[in-house]
Amino acid sequence: MSRIENAFKNGKAFIVFLTGGDPSLEKSEEFILEAEKAGADLIEIGVPFSDPIAEGEVIQAANIRALTNGTTMHDLFELAWKVRQKSEIPLVFLTYLNPVHHYGYGKFFAKCNEVGVDGIIIPDLPFEEQRELKTEAEHYGVNLISLIAPTSKERIEKIAKEGKGFLYIVSSMGVTGVRSEIDTDISAIVNAAKAVSKTPCAVGFGINTPEQAAKFAAIADGVIVGSAIVRIIAEHGENASKHIYEYVKQMKEAITR
Amino acid sequence: MSEGRFGEYGGQYIPETLMNEVQALERAYMHYKNDPEFTAELNTLFKDYAGRPSMLYFAEKMTHDLGGAKIYLKREDLNHTGSHKINNVLGQVLLAKKMGKTRVIAETGAGQHGVATATAAALLGLECEIFMGKEDTERQSLNVYRMALLGAKVNAVTSGTMTLKDAVNETMREWTRRVSDTHYVLGSVMGPHPFPMIVRDFQSIIGREARQQILEREKKLPAAVIACVGGGSNAMGMFYPFIEDKGVKLIGCEAAGKGVDTPHHAATLTKGKRGIFHGMKSYFCQDENGQIAPVYSISAGLDYPGIGPEHAHLHEIKRAEYVPINDEEAVCAFEYLAKTEGIICAIESAHAIAQLQKIAKNFAKDENIIVSLSGRGDKDVAAIARYRGVKVHE
Repeated sequence: MSRIENAFKNGKAFIVFLTGGDPSLEKSEEFILEAEKAGADLIEIGVPFSDPIAEGEVIQAANIRALTNGTTMHDLFELAWKVRQKSEIPLVFLTYLNPVHHYGYGKFFAKCNEVGVDGIIIPDLPFEEQRELKTEAEHYGVNLISLIAPTSKERIEKIAKEGKGFLYIVSSMGVTGVRSEIDTDISAIVNAAKAVSKTPCAVGFGINTPEQAAKFAAIADGVIVGSAIVRIIAEHGENASKHIYEYVKQMKEAITR
Repeated sequence: MSEGRFGEYGGQYIPETLMNEVQALERAYMHYKNDPEFTAELNTLFKDYAGRPSMLYFAEKMTHDLGGAKIYLKREDLNHTGSHKINNVLGQVLLAKKMGKTRVIAETGAGQHGVATATAAALLGLECEIFMGKEDTERQSLNVYRMALLGAKVNAVTSGTMTLKDAVNETMREWTRRVSDTHYVLGSVMGPHPFPMIVRDFQSIIGREARQQILEREKKLPAAVIACVGGGSNAMGMFYPFIEDKGVKLIGCEAAGKGVDTPHHAATLTKGKRGIFHGMKSYFCQDENGQIAPVYSISAGLDYPGIGPEHAHLHEIKRAEYVPINDEEAVCAFEYLAKTEGIICAIESAHAIAQLQKIAKNFAKDENIIVSLSGRGDKDVAAIARYRGVKVHE
């Protein structure tokens, strides 16, 4: 069983996103391990990019902080490797396509394999363009994780059928960021995916309260929280560990109830 | 072309949220472009509203002064709203209306595309919102007010470098927020398929008219056509009808800002590398980590780190040549055209005039060259004065 499959085997998965290198690589490592201790089942490490078109203001700001610190792809591989020395928690990179293209697809996935990055999420790589790097990802055993949006409709079937790792169900229109209300019919999307695929479904975009997490965990196999975590890091900086621990613990409890 | 590609360039590298919408757009466009009613309506707008066909003007004084080929200027600056942008915008806003959209959004650099979009939206009765880098709203404050007069809401974008690239980011973000009633009127031959094709087709009227006009006047094709290139819409519109005419040199002029040996330029094909950004595989100015580089040009309209995928393809197969023109050369060309022909052109278009000044003499006197004068320069007068250290009260 792969590490990503492991994340979904014991009940609902709680997935934590943070931007790598915000506020520093050392702190990212610490926060990841702290989140794991609090019950996180999988970690998405955001690769900072100059122009993250799918991100709202909170994660945009984290990207700028990480880039200002000089964070590079090389640093993030090192971060993943360091975490991997201490933990078996599944690690997934969330990155825009250009930095991967620039690094070189073969070289990138070889490195993922070497340091223990289990999957990759690319917000600007829709299903039709996955052939761009699918061969290399599969060759090195890295899951290329697909996104399904509220507007996907009849596209859900083909995306779900080919889904690897987990299916990232985008809860809302627009960009990342906390929302007070999410009115998309998530269960219809999850049902459509489940009808053709055994790949677990995790819901993300906008989720920040335990109530929202519990609601979506009841429908899907896991929930993804990004902006709320990044906001804690923005607020508490280097001292964010205990706040992340408390938040993740509370959220994990909400979805396990 | 297959699957929205020009050679290896192009594609649809966008969030899943937008995929159904761009596919619906392609279907709608493929339908309406062959719909006699749509084309008749658009042609009427071109003729009666935009003032087409635009003139092909023989620049006699400049011809004598430069001492080579006969110089013709394709006067897109005389179109309604003052640039070639109106061609694409009338087509796209009409298409959006046919698709049942009630709202359009657009990015703008210099403000030309924003003004054109606001104009077409006012005319055709759609709600309009424009995204413009904060720095550009300051450089082009009159255009901001123009858009407001036309009933559009203008959002100053404060993310990133606060210029055209960031305006595109923010417009894409807005489109993912609200796609069902909203069409994104992309302003150049860039972004995900089908935009590079749609914008090229609507802009190709420039080259089609120019080709016919020059054949009537000179009974021969031009030796070269020259146009400035940011995203590349006026250049693509001018080049496209000449692509099969192998004897016609196609020359695109990129913004070299303070020089291609400095970090302050926007010369994508000269200095950029292959990449994937803003929905397309093409060339981009980027750093050693694949981060999109901040770019610079005196011209807000050329201040963009990428270039349309069809230009990347024409560059690769060597059908077109792309040259860098720096700020100083462009400003000198701006002043030269004003003094020699009495035409104040856009600083963008002045990049093409600068290249003309360099090469006109290399052509024989019985040859001719067409320059795409993509826009008028009223918007740039204050910036040129600042560049020259002259104080003017706006």
